[in-house]
This record gives sequence, C-alpha cells and structure tokens, in this order.
Amino acid sequence: MAVAKAPLNPDHLTWQGGTQPMKVGYGKLMMWIFLLSDTFTFSALLISYGLVRFSFPTYKDVIPDMTSKTFELSQQYWPIPEKVFEAVPFLHGISLPLVFVGLMTFILIFSSVTMVLAVEAGHRRDKADVEKWMLWTILGGFTFLGSQAWEWAHFIHGSEEGSILANGVKVFGANLVQNEYGPAAFADFFFFITGFHGTHVLSGVVLNIIIFYNASNGVYEKRGHYEMVEKVGLYWHFVDLVWVFVFTFFYLV
Amino acid sequence: MEHSVENSTEKQKPQTKELWKVFWILLAITAVEFIIAFQISSDNDFGKWLKITLFILLTFVKSFYIVGNFMHLRHEVKSMIWTIVIPVVFVVWLLAALVYFEGGYIGSVR
Repeated sequence: MAVAKAPLNPDHLTWQGGTQPMKVGYGKLMMWIFLLSDTFTFSALLISYGLVRFSFPTYKDVIPDMTSKTFELSQQYWPIPEKVFEAVPFLHGISLPLVFVGLMTFILIFSSVTMVLAVEAGHRRDKADVEKWMLWTILGGFTFLGSQAWEWAHFIHGSEEGSILANGVKVFGANLVQNEYGPAAFADFFFFITGFHGTHVLSGVVLNIIIFYNASNGVYEKRGHYEMVEKVGLYWHFVDLVWVFVFTFFYLV
Repeated sequence: MEHSVENSTEKQKPQTKELWKVFWILLAITAVEFIIAFQISSDNDFGKWLKITLFILLTFVKSFYIVGNFMHLRHEVKSMIWTIVIPVVFVVWLLAALVYFEGGYIGSVR
C-alpha cells in the first residue's frame, strides 16, 4: 500500500545541509560565482584600456584638419580601430573595415545558440540531440579560435607598406614594443585583452569536448541528469558575453 | 509506422523557438551597431559621444538577452538573480564613478 514518496529534491539539487538555497545545484551556483569574479577581471582590463586610450592624444589633437575619412595611422596618436582591422582572409589588399571581426562575432553568437540548444536537449534527456549540438558548439569554438589566430598573425605581420618612425626606421606590424598602427600600448592591450579572451575560448572548447565525450559515453544518462552541460554552457555563454563587450570597447568605440 | 513510446515517459518536443528568436535579436542588434559605426560621423564631439553612448547601451541590451535567456538567469529564483546582478551593478557603479571623478588623474601623471 505504501507508495514510495518521491524525494522533494532530485539528488543533484540537494546540498549536504539539506535543501539547496536559491533552487540551484551547488556546482551551478559556484559556476555563477566564478563567472562573477571573471567579470571583475575583464571589467578591469577594459576600463584600463579606456583610461589609457583617452590619456593618449587623438588624431584631432595632433592634426586638427584630419577627419576620419582622411585618417592615417601614426605613432603620435591613438588609431581608430576600423582603420586597423580591415583585412579579411583571401581578400588581400581590399579594405573591408570590421568585416572579419563582425564575422567572428557572428560565429561566437551562433555557437552560443548551439550551446543553449544542447542545454535544452539535456533538459529533455535527449542524448543524440545533446551530442549533435555539442559538436556544433565545438566546431564554432574552433572556427572562432582559427579566425583569431589569423587576425593575430595579420596584426603581427602588418601591412605591406609598414610605417616610418620619427627616426626614419620602418616598422611592419606590431609587437609589444612598437607597432605600425599607433602607440605601443595599443598593441599591448590588443594582445592582452583578445589573448585573455582567446584563452577563455580555448579552455571553453576543451570543456565542451569533455562534455561531448562524457555525453556520448552515456555518463550523464547514467547519472540521470545533464546538469554538467548546463554548467559548462554557462561558461560558454559568458565567453560570448565577454566578446560582446570586447567587440564594443575595442573595435567599435 | 507504429507509435513507439520510450521508457514510460513520452519523448518531449524541443522547445527552441524562443532561443532562435534571441539569436535573431542579437544578430539584428549587431547589424545596427555596424550601421551606426559607419553612418554616424565621429569627427565632431556630438557624433563621437552619441556613438559611444549608443554602443554601450546596445551592448547592455545584448548582454541582457545573453544572460537572461541563454544563461537562463531570468527564470531563476529572485534571490539568485539579485546575487548575480547586485555585484555587477556595484562594479559598474564603482568603475563609472572612479573614471568620472579620478579618471583625469592619468592625464597629469603621463
């Protein structure tokens, strides 16, 4: 007669002390807290970029007659990003400002959607769907990383013309000490901020691969829930979120 | 074909309409950002600050959709939402206030 009472909370939602606070599992809450701390790191990076950028003269301060149409790169003033990032693979010599970085943004947003579709499939405990969408997400991650590698390579090698320093030395491309696009600090911030974000993407791809591997092996099916997909999904969306901010503050403003 | 039922529960249909809608919204906002970047001239102070303001506003709109829908925060309990949102609000406040009141200092030490 006695009907086994279903537990009020599924196992993974119960903490050692009993009912979980805020109706989320321990791991998911900790992921949120970690992402919060990562938010602080990235805000610090972007705000210091902003401060240093505005402490440098603009082209208007150095050459009052210059407009954004006649803008030329120089070490004397901060560059405007659309004049720096205007190259697209296979389209050598054609000026397509911000097109490639727009494409990268699209790739990352798209892989964010496939990730959330994997999370949704996990809620339905549809193993095949989780695998499918995780694969798409991994593919998106690799595509983004490849695009970034290309962008870095292009930035480091520089344009064909290069630019001439005050002492007559010609520089091509960028490194941490000097670059043809503007003040050295510009390249430093580019390498550090996009590099730090790229490292996040890379670890995200590694995590996604682990999740895909476990899901295909039926680990989560056996466990009875796909919460791990959700946790890694949070991280992956956060990486996308950071890119939205990097895109705005580094490429658009 | 015979209608088969897996286990005891029927297979649920994917609920993905909302998610794809968010994707199109994000894409549309990015497109608008591109239009702003190339249509508004930043050669005068007004255009420059208008652009920066619009970019920052649109970025926060995008992050609202990503955090709310993709990261599912909108559907969590209230205390969870505030646990995440309040520290972020404080940090934005701190940064904005620091830059506004102390930001000029960097100009005098360079």
